[in-house]
Amino acid sequence: MAEKGSNDYKVYAVVWIALLILTGTTVAVSYVDLGFLNVVVALLIASAKAALVALFFMHLKYEKKLLLGFALAPLCFLFVIMSGTLLDTLFRR
Amino acid sequence: MGNHVANGPYVGGETHPEPIREGHFVSDEPAKLGIFLFLGTEILLFGGLFTAYLVFRVKYPQMFYEDHFRLDRILGATNTVVLICSSFTVALAIASIRRGKRGLLQLFLALTILLAATFLVIKYFEYREDFAGGLFPSTDIFFSLYFMMTGLHAIHVTGGLVVLSAMLYLSSRGKFSERYYTPVEVAGLYWHFVDIVWIYLLPLLYLVG
Repeated sequence: MAEKGSNDYKVYAVVWIALLILTGTTVAVSYVDLGFLNVVVALLIASAKAALVALFFMHLKYEKKLLLGFALAPLCFLFVIMSGTLLDTLFRR
Repeated sequence: MGNHVANGPYVGGETHPEPIREGHFVSDEPAKLGIFLFLGTEILLFGGLFTAYLVFRVKYPQMFYEDHFRLDRILGATNTVVLICSSFTVALAIASIRRGKRGLLQLFLALTILLAATFLVIKYFEYREDFAGGLFPSTDIFFSLYFMMTGLHAIHVTGGLVVLSAMLYLSSRGKFSERYYTPVEVAGLYWHFVDIVWIYLLPLLYLVG
């Protein structure tokens, strides 16, 4: 089931470099004042890094869809929890 | 292949999972579903803390902005690099045993463990610096969240370090091969999760005001 090409070492190396570059970028951007955009950019970069780790290091890109479902479902629940709590905070306080 | 006393739970009474046909890979799918199920609970565990961060950040934006400057951004970034490298090495470990290279498996597991220990050492120095600067969980809600989230994460790093060490020990005893390395893969998946949590902790605590 683990048919992997002979190039998975290379894929991992490329992803690793990309992660390091993204880390450097997010730290560099944090020294620039973009107002509230700082949060947006930081979270976008963090999500890109997380996606790279999940898809390639955790192999989700090559696994069955069911596994991807197991991985994504908790995020959906978390989104519901955070949205609900945030809405409550913003409109009841 | 297998043991002489065949009274185990696997095909043919083996006590160690063996391929049903020569060269056929033993399915590790149930184990992977299991670990992702567990990681789901972990996502919700940390998710609760991230939700608290969200709420209090919305309520006290000025405090979060001012307080975050007191955290050492460079140490935080260094730790991020350390964990990213450790995810790389554990992925290499699995890629190696997938090819049956036991020596490389042990090398990369050892490197991962070393990097995990490095993370904890840096975190120790960071906390020491924080305490010396009069910053404690009781200081205010930002630091309460900072210590709680990085502390819980550090506990997870420690747990992962123990599990990876167990994998290194087992691999030194020849337990793994290109046909069976499920525990290593499961440990690796847990480790990548720990890395992902930190990937989000870095910007939210250290970088964004």
